Amino acid sequence: MVTIIVNDEARTVSASPDTPLLWVLRDHLHLTGTKYGCGISLCGACTVHLNGEAVRSCTLPLAAVADQRVETIEHLAVGGDYNAVQSAWLDEDVAQCGYCQSGQIMAATALLNNNPSPSDAEIDAAMAGHICRCGTYQKIRAAIHRAANVTESGGSQA
Amino acid sequence: MSRLPADPSRRTFLKSSSMLATGSLLVGFELPYSLASAPKASSAASLMADAFIRIDRDNTITVLMNHAEFGNGVYTSLAMMVAEELDIDWQRLRWEAAPTEPRYYSPIFGEYLTAGSVSTAGAFIPMRTAGAKTKALLLQAASLLWQTDANQLSTDAGWIAHADGRRVSYGGLINVIQDHNLEPPKTVDLKPASAFRVLGFPKKRIEAPEKVTGRALFGIDIKRPGMIYGAVARPPVYGSRVIAFDDKAARAIPGVLKVKAIDAGVVVLAKDYWTASKGAKALTVQWDDLGLGHLSTASFTEEYRALSKTDGLLAEDIGDAKAVHEAASAVHEAVYEMPYLAHATMEPMNCTAQVFDDRCEIWVGTQNQGNDRTVVAKMLGLPETSVVINRTLMGGTFGRRASKTADFITDAVQAAQGETVPVQIIWSREEDIRGGHYRPLFVHRLRGTVDAEGYPASWHQTLVGQSIMQHTKHDPTYMVRGIDIYSVDGCLQEPFGVFPYGTAYQIPNHRVESHNPPKIGVRPHEWRAVGHTHTGVAYECFLDELAHLGDKDPLALRLHLTRDNDRMHQLLLRLKEAADWDQPLAAGRGRGMAARVYSVSPIAQAVEVTVALDGTFTVDRVVCVVDCGFAVNPLGIEAQIQGGVMLGLNAVAYGGIDLVDGQVQQSNFHDVRALRFNQMPAVEVHIMQSDAPPTGVGEQATTPIAPAVANALFHATGKRIRQFPLDRHGFTLKA
Repeated sequence: MVTIIVNDEARTVSASPDTPLLWVLRDHLHLTGTKYGCGISLCGACTVHLNGEAVRSCTLPLAAVADQRVETIEHLAVGGDYNAVQSAWLDEDVAQCGYCQSGQIMAATALLNNNPSPSDAEIDAAMAGHICRCGTYQKIRAAIHRAANVTESGGSQA
Repeated sequence: MSRLPADPSRRTFLKSSSMLATGSLLVGFELPYSLASAPKASSAASLMADAFIRIDRDNTITVLMNHAEFGNGVYTSLAMMVAEELDIDWQRLRWEAAPTEPRYYSPIFGEYLTAGSVSTAGAFIPMRTAGAKTKALLLQAASLLWQTDANQLSTDAGWIAHADGRRVSYGGLINVIQDHNLEPPKTVDLKPASAFRVLGFPKKRIEAPEKVTGRALFGIDIKRPGMIYGAVARPPVYGSRVIAFDDKAARAIPGVLKVKAIDAGVVVLAKDYWTASKGAKALTVQWDDLGLGHLSTASFTEEYRALSKTDGLLAEDIGDAKAVHEAASAVHEAVYEMPYLAHATMEPMNCTAQVFDDRCEIWVGTQNQGNDRTVVAKMLGLPETSVVINRTLMGGTFGRRASKTADFITDAVQAAQGETVPVQIIWSREEDIRGGHYRPLFVHRLRGTVDAEGYPASWHQTLVGQSIMQHTKHDPTYMVRGIDIYSVDGCLQEPFGVFPYGTAYQIPNHRVESHNPPKIGVRPHEWRAVGHTHTGVAYECFLDELAHLGDKDPLALRLHLTRDNDRMHQLLLRLKEAADWDQPLAAGRGRGMAARVYSVSPIAQAVEVTVALDGTFTVDRVVCVVDCGFAVNPLGIEAQIQGGVMLGLNAVAYGGIDLVDGQVQQSNFHDVRALRFNQMPAVEVHIMQSDAPPTGVGEQATTPIAPAVANALFHATGKRIRQFPLDRHGFTLKA
């Protein structure tokens, strides 16, 4: 039995300790917003926040995150309000199939937490590990700039 | 900050009531299923004013979607059609996947299928009619309620307003309709386009709120009570059969519940997917490769190249290209080779199934649930109505989720046979890439001459590749005179068969021959834009070669060849201007273009590239002009064009699945390279103004980008690429 703090709640799970956090979230906690894409940290669909930093949950064993704080896409809209990144995603109409977008949004939120006003190059660098097959990259970049502007002018993020 | 709306995909259960008359348009029905995450709703009666529209008492309007949403934006465009005529509050609009019933079949295909970039076109009249009939019914009800003339009434975003100021919501009229057994009129007038307030205006995706909060339900997200998970050990050579397996090590893993052979391989069932996948890796399986272990793409290519020198089945013979070539002093000849391509959808294949004695229930993201149901019913010996398919959103498909064999569904159904609980099968990325369904490998041999003025005088194209449709249920429709019309799609001047879309050009002597070599090994499959993905590349590149041969500007040449095709001609003139075609470029830079017609819609793209001395290149600019008739949702069209450009650029830059000893060599995103953030060019989208009926945009943009880039690389460097992907032949898209 391992306890992790998921979205501000202590959750005890009986998964095997080598189970990647991704499958703990999806199969044991039924938090299915975090997606499986490649299983080897190549696509970014499984990105969550571990102690506030963006990490790939598909290669992070449960044993390595015991008692740590994990935040998933389900927790970004606290109290029913979208965070700045989610709002920007809606305003820019970013999503197409939407499957990669949880990971993209988690990465973008972490980026803006660390760098409130990223340049195009900084966005490209931070998001380079996130694959979208629908062609939403341009809109993601625009949405990150939009969210950065909102945040700069006093809005809150995550 | 905006508030989250209620879950727009919630499903309500309808109980039969006095209003649910059968045999009329007032048809209500109890939905045969619910999704696991759907909140339990009350059984309050709602109004099914039409097969496509449900009105709840709280004035929620639900559109039942008979086409599948996989990023194509079709849910939004269908909702817009209803909203235009019914006049609803967009915020109270909900959506739901329609069940597998004949009344929800695609009006174009006559089956439950979303494909071919025809959904919006096919729905344009039916969905507006559904909205208009429902509105007429509501007006009739309000007229009865207030004992007033209908001309005193108007609608206002979900409400009926009386001239005297009284208002009643649509949902507030359900009792009146029930009590008086009102029915919608048999016929209605639809709004003229000049009166549109929704259609033709940019509308954001209706399911976007779910997609930014993680609440969107894809097939892989299905959770059912008691559900267990399965992972399949699949053969290294596609199509092999299990001879025997050793599952000792797998069974020793805590949490592994069962191991059994199914047609696709050996499935390990476990309490969670990770455990199941560990179990599948721990199996030792002995396979019979059915004699397919010698196949290789290198030998296919070799054989096809040789075949392309021989006479194929004659698809078209306009004028006499053969005679022109026999008489010519020189004939320009080139061979183009296109590899197998994987779809690599972000959401790998998956399916959840529960099999009972007398029925089967399935939860899956699919484009083709009609065929899926037929396949499963046949497999289980059940009537089709006893197989219920609950369609979810899809994390991409690009054609993959329209499987003719329902392959990603049958393995879940077989795994669930003999189990008392639902079974979810998830394909690992490796299984997905090696899953044996690909855009077929093609070789095109082209020969041509130009006339005294430098314009193409003759064209002789012989193409070789496996048929997608031969020996499938579509064989009678798509195989014409032995030729798969998908194979020659996009390279004929006088196309034949269903979906007859040829080139936009007229070349006086034009001959096309086709070889469909035996279908062995992996399965040739539709891939976004199907035949065009190879015919378009070969055609548009070789046309560029002839332009060079005749010393013609490539765009001027196409203007000449489309002089009798006004729609494409006008579009090309627009491209010339929008792309600054005549502006000079610096050394090391190049410009290229291509023009295609796919599923009625003409489309053309011009690109600019910069090439370094080592062959590394960037795509600096993409300009796309499309004519899709009336532009239902300009925002959705723009997204589809951007998406098509990306997928096509990705494929031409990196795409290629190789077989060696019958085994697919690629496995995950390290060797099936996906285009990354910084590699995606901005795409300038120009939509031609048109009053013609709407036509497709979903697949149109995928093809032209590939030949446009190859032509631009030639323009920049003088080096002609005829084998793909580019990164194996000297040009690498800058990482």
